[in-house]
Amino acid sequence: MALLEVDQLRVEFLTRNGTLTAVDDVSLKIEEGEVLGVVGESGAGKSMTGNAIIGLLEPPGRIAGGEIRLDGQRIDNLPYEKMRKIRGAEIGAIFQDPLTSLNPLYSVGQQLVETIRTHSDVGLAAARSRALELLNEVGIPAASQRIDHFPHQFSGGMRQRVVIALALSANPRLIIADEPTTALDVSIQAQIIALLKRLCRDHGTAVMLVTHDMGVIAETADRVAVMYAGRIAEIGPVADVIKHAKHPYTDGLMGSIPVVGQQTERLAQIEGAMPRLTAIPDGCAFNPRCPKAFDKCRQTRPDPIASGAGEVACWLIEQEAHHG
Amino acid sequence: MAKQSPTADPILQVQNLSRVFDVSPPWLNRVIEGQPRQLLKAVDGIDFSVKSGETFSLVGESGCGKSTVARLVVGLYGPSTGQIIFEGDDIGGLSRREMAPIRRRIQMIFQDPYASLNPRWRVKDIIAEPIRAFHLAHGGAAITARVTELLEQVKLTADDGQKYPHEFSGGQRQRISIARALASEPDFLVCDEPTSALDVSVQAQILNLMKNLQRELGLTYLFISHNLAVVYYISDRLAVMYLGRLVEVGPARDIFKNPQHPYTRMLLDTIPDLEMSGRERLPVAGEVPNPINPPSGCSFHPRCPFANARCRSEAPQPRMVGSTAIACHGVEENRIIEAAPVANGR
Repeated sequence: MALLEVDQLRVEFLTRNGTLTAVDDVSLKIEEGEVLGVVGESGAGKSMTGNAIIGLLEPPGRIAGGEIRLDGQRIDNLPYEKMRKIRGAEIGAIFQDPLTSLNPLYSVGQQLVETIRTHSDVGLAAARSRALELLNEVGIPAASQRIDHFPHQFSGGMRQRVVIALALSANPRLIIADEPTTALDVSIQAQIIALLKRLCRDHGTAVMLVTHDMGVIAETADRVAVMYAGRIAEIGPVADVIKHAKHPYTDGLMGSIPVVGQQTERLAQIEGAMPRLTAIPDGCAFNPRCPKAFDKCRQTRPDPIASGAGEVACWLIEQEAHHG
Repeated sequence: MAKQSPTADPILQVQNLSRVFDVSPPWLNRVIEGQPRQLLKAVDGIDFSVKSGETFSLVGESGCGKSTVARLVVGLYGPSTGQIIFEGDDIGGLSRREMAPIRRRIQMIFQDPYASLNPRWRVKDIIAEPIRAFHLAHGGAAITARVTELLEQVKLTADDGQKYPHEFSGGQRQRISIARALASEPDFLVCDEPTSALDVSVQAQILNLMKNLQRELGLTYLFISHNLAVVYYISDRLAVMYLGRLVEVGPARDIFKNPQHPYTRMLLDTIPDLEMSGRERLPVAGEVPNPINPPSGCSFHPRCPFANARCRSEAPQPRMVGSTAIACHGVEENRIIEAAPVANGR
């Protein structure tokens, strides 16, 4: 049994102009200690999927269908207080902006101690020494002094380290990291990725890494799910997806990333833009932009089809299977 | 407006350019608490030149002063010292009135297409504003025709002119910004992180569009970005900036192939590896220091693995090594050893 199982998850928003489906029939699994990358452009539903898993969907967003299971136990229908116990203890979270994830009025030590004591029955002194241990582990220099400093006294990279320490403080089994390096400078980004990778390996923590940056995924993830317009277009081992993309969207996405060392006169480009949630086309959501679309793509929506070690939601795969 | 190949004569020359900001506490605090004045040297004596028809990029991390340089060049800030020479004339100290004809020829594209377009104006009015301001077309029909031409040049339609900015996606808004910048028929475009707010597939569209427009209109770009892969794709020459100074300036291909300054090497080593060669990156310790109180000597020395006593006391001056200008004592003294396989395949 996988650590986390998301089964046909559907997230909807009720608006004045009708119901919008932000996440549509998304199924994925994360094994113990595995890093699953979730990649996609803005509005693809990747953060929404992460938020649904930790139970932090903001109204009017709601889970309209499907199940989320942690260790086989459903967690998508738990009451607020029960879910609050799971958040932090079982599932940790790291968000994009470390400044808004920390309370500006408490020192980082107080915040760590509070989190540790919420999830385990330890005394103040023990919690503080555990906090200090964590700060050392995430590589904060002079941690014994920095523990009493406030978030504004830290730089962006150091703040993100504190957030990682907070997420790890109760030894969760899964961390949802939503764009953890997007707000950081490139040199700091490399440090944070290396840190996240090392800590999760040491603790055996599974990670769902939500990002728009294929480079971060290539370096960190074991498997990757590519999302488009609320659905998973392709999911599979990271090397397969990056080097031999099967879905035309993944293929186009990879071609549009400039690569240092490759002489290109023109970048491959996908024409148009991702459809708005109010105007998702019939059939495959990607068909108006797809260079390989045929009649079936315009009429019927493809479900994920097993292909190699992964799954691809594209009629081309089915066609190939018939012909091959 | 034929295709211009980069020529030898520079269209823009920047000489010993500095910009200092006063970030002192308020006067009362200074008097009561005895706090000194504080100055921030955002740009600290830089030299570079941009040839006509080329793309010259400035790369660096946030806070290194690259956007300040952009704003100095278009005249949004005045320089503290030094010269900005545009086609032979120093435009640094010009008054608003004297600057006007030059401002027509130097336009800017900003990072955030959501903030740089007036939400209450129709797109056609946004694009027509520079045409009216510089009297480039007379009469409603001529202006409308020109606006349509510009919209089509950036792959939008004439109907899009009737809409408001909120009706467009981020990529389309950046197209509108480009159309507005082109409306005054400029020669020189300053692009400050024009694709940083966009998704990768849209970024590719905008970069391709910018390359096409450059070829068609013979434009010169000063391109500012922190994304090295984008810079590699678009630049002819580039300058690497660190804490207000240029550490390495030269042809883009040469710098990417054989980076010499330790900071450039470090930056190149942070590029995520899409080839999945399994190469372990060496994350560099430390962060960009506070520019209000920069380190003595070479400002990179606290993070540099090759720093010695001279680096800590004496600021290095740029020296030509082959085709690139490098400001590093270590390179000058041949102390930089081939540490990481940074240059491999790059």
